[in-house]
Amino acid sequence: MNFDLILGILQIVLIATTPLVFAGIGELVTEKSGVLNLGVEGMMLVGAVSAFIILVITGSYFLAFFVSIISGIIMSGLFAFLVLFLMSNQIATGLALTIFGIGLSSMLGKQYIGTPIDGLSPWFFVIFSFLIVFLVSYFFYKTKAGLILRAVGESHNSAHALGYSVITIRFLSILFGGSMCALAGSYISICYAPMWQEGMTAGRGWIALALVVFATWKPERVLIGAYIFGGVTILQMNLQALGLRFPGQFFSMAPYVATIIVLVLISSNKLRIKLSAPASLTLPFYKGR
Amino acid sequence: MIRIITFLSTFLVFAFGSAYADPKKVGFIYIGPPGDHGWTYMHDVGRKYMESQLGDSITTTYLENIPENADAVRAIRKLADSGHDLIFTTSFNYMDQTHEVAKDFPDIKFEHATGYIQADNVATYSARFYEGRMIEGHIAGHMTETNTIGYIASFPIPEVVRGINAFYLAASKVNPDIKMKIIWVFTWYDPGKEADAANTLINQGADIIVQHTDTYAPCQAAQKAGVYAFGQASNQEEFCPDSHLTSIEDIWGPYYAERAKAIVDGTWSSGDTWDGMDKGMVVMSPYNTKLMPASLIQEAVNMEVGIKDGTIHPFTGPIYNQAGELVVPEGEVAPDGMLLGMNFYVQGIDGEVPQ
Repeated sequence: MNFDLILGILQIVLIATTPLVFAGIGELVTEKSGVLNLGVEGMMLVGAVSAFIILVITGSYFLAFFVSIISGIIMSGLFAFLVLFLMSNQIATGLALTIFGIGLSSMLGKQYIGTPIDGLSPWFFVIFSFLIVFLVSYFFYKTKAGLILRAVGESHNSAHALGYSVITIRFLSILFGGSMCALAGSYISICYAPMWQEGMTAGRGWIALALVVFATWKPERVLIGAYIFGGVTILQMNLQALGLRFPGQFFSMAPYVATIIVLVLISSNKLRIKLSAPASLTLPFYKGR
Repeated sequence: MIRIITFLSTFLVFAFGSAYADPKKVGFIYIGPPGDHGWTYMHDVGRKYMESQLGDSITTTYLENIPENADAVRAIRKLADSGHDLIFTTSFNYMDQTHEVAKDFPDIKFEHATGYIQADNVATYSARFYEGRMIEGHIAGHMTETNTIGYIASFPIPEVVRGINAFYLAASKVNPDIKMKIIWVFTWYDPGKEADAANTLINQGADIIVQHTDTYAPCQAAQKAGVYAFGQASNQEEFCPDSHLTSIEDIWGPYYAERAKAIVDGTWSSGDTWDGMDKGMVVMSPYNTKLMPASLIQEAVNMEVGIKDGTIHPFTGPIYNQAGELVVPEGEVAPDGMLLGMNFYVQGIDGEVPQ
């Protein structure tokens, strides 16, 4: 073990974990406002493919990420419209959004598969991912707007009675979540593994969803959780390459097992549930009541 | 859950497209998307070749991204239920699922890629990719400067273990100091994870990346880090021109056309096909003339000739296992039975095959 080796491992961990941080923090904000959006994987894929297509067409990295974020806003806007105005079931709509996103991204990207592009250095986004977690944390716990957002997620009826527009706040939270997921996707297709392949996010959207629960809805814990998940994966690869005996299968399922353990822990005590999960999560809001 | 629905929707699209009963229907189950530019891509190239050869006498269908679990049973059953005459299941771990469905549909013929168990209506077929691994190993032995090879392996099945052994035997023959670093990623298809594995290996000193996974992410990572790489399943030179030495290409088309023709003619019978370079089922991509010295390319070409005419076999004794036991005596070659069930590393490789 020398310094270069450790530095190299650290770099790989940072690069590999960043998409989980983006998607996780986006979903966290959405869930804090009381909406569960299971469409993370679908939004990531649409974000990934739209960034890739725009980069191939225009050659501009800025435009690629810009359009990708717009695509995330459109996808999540669709979801927001369905669940907030048409009162559709959040779980079913979110799943539908993922399925839609997988199909849509495959269709859009069909002719771009195997187009070679120049990847972009990931370091700006790695730094940005830390910054965004800090900003979200600051927003939630140090600003009035953050307090209102959390209030909407805890008890939409009380927030409504106080005169806050529950629908607007939730709408914006969902859009933020969507744009972060699209950013995570475009990071994957432009920086992390510069290519477009169908379904290339390979389940990272689901890990991001698991992360939010694992983090018990705290921004900084999303960051910690993401680095535990990402770090463990890269660490076991390193141990394997060093020729040590290691059950790789176990580490493939580790994020999910950890999430289940956290779920069991927090649901074993009613008070803990109240303290962590937003109380109005997945509940529809009817303005008339 | 998502994958089930993806495949259902894929299925519906094709179900509508195949209302005519006259031509024979040939179905494929793919582990990944046809656009992976690797394993599934080459099967899809084979499918298209089959279509072009047989024209109107067949129609083809494929279901992509089918996981190797109970979903595969449903996918294969869907194809069987919808009147397919011949079904190709194109991944090793579809074995049990293929046989489970085949039992219920004795009139439908199945072909299981890389498998080793046959039935009256289940044939198996594979290519001797290890012949290509031998050539890659030989090249790597000459090209490496750090004497460290990084090998990205997918699942611990005989196919993959055989490739590792064939590679190492050839590489250590030209360069006895060679060290293999092997990472098992437990996926065929995850560009991010494949790139992570490649970067990890490069970080640990590997200057040649070998992969047994399906996308060109490892080759790209090698290109970025300025080390060499071998592509997988299809020619991947365009994605990593400065690091791509060669690839092993899987050429399925002629076999698929032959088997579909047999269905049309009514002459299909079960069996086991395991062809290699001699039949053109395994082909090396053009060697990279910018990176490899001409003499080395000539050696590789000579090896190809030797493998084709049978004078060279990658598993020629003496071969020892890690415990130092002689598994193939001097002057003999490993029997196909041993190759098909290979689950041990040969002497010289560190670590052990995950169980």
